[in-house]
Amino acid sequence: MTTGSKIILTAEPFEPGALLTRFCAGRAETGAVASFTGLARAEQGQAAALELEAYPGFTDTAISDFAEAARTRFHLHDYLVVHRTGRIAPGEAIVFVATAAGHRREAFEACDFLMDWLKSRAPFWKKEHGPDGARWIEPTDRDRTDAERWDQE
Amino acid sequence: MARVLLFGRLADQAGWRERAFEATSLTALRGLIATDDPELGDALGGPGVQVAVDKTLVRGEAALTAATEVAFLPPMSGG
Repeated sequence: MTTGSKIILTAEPFEPGALLTRFCAGRAETGAVASFTGLARAEQGQAAALELEAYPGFTDTAISDFAEAARTRFHLHDYLVVHRTGRIAPGEAIVFVATAAGHRREAFEACDFLMDWLKSRAPFWKKEHGPDGARWIEPTDRDRTDAERWDQE
Repeated sequence: MARVLLFGRLADQAGWRERAFEATSLTALRGLIATDDPELGDALGGPGVQVAVDKTLVRGEAALTAATEVAFLPPMSGG
């Protein structure tokens, strides 16, 4: 497990509930915590497993730089991003994002903002293993337009 | 000497993920790789492939020294 300040890349499965409990602990001035957990989909049997490749020292730095921009933009008190790498089975958590802010709107929006970027622009390389072999996948048009929503504001 | 890393489909295509090359510039390195494996040489110059030198993205030329790490990054998929 490589750890940035609040960015964790891990090849091991993680438990989102435990991460959220720890993230919420000991906060007296935070009125709102929003979180998101992304799970690997089976795609009706088309995806036996996902394989996510990261570049340690590059991927975590890029996520950290972006998360710091989110902290400023949404006045976050804190954030946590945990991302799986390696081979991920359907039903396992791929990503966990938690954001803490004074009020709910900032927490919700920062979480959404971070996820849109993570899904479309974060430096990962994703391979889907299915019944017909493996293929590298790129962001969908939907992922791109979701991320672009934030560029216009 | 530079330590070269390949990611994603580039590593699959090359059949290796990490190799050392005796090159003092990015251009020289690209030449060496292309001589060794012309198809890989083409792929490294292909659309959307970015280059990071010591974990920082660079455009165009860069000098390489003994300890330099050069990574070829195909289009990123997001998580």
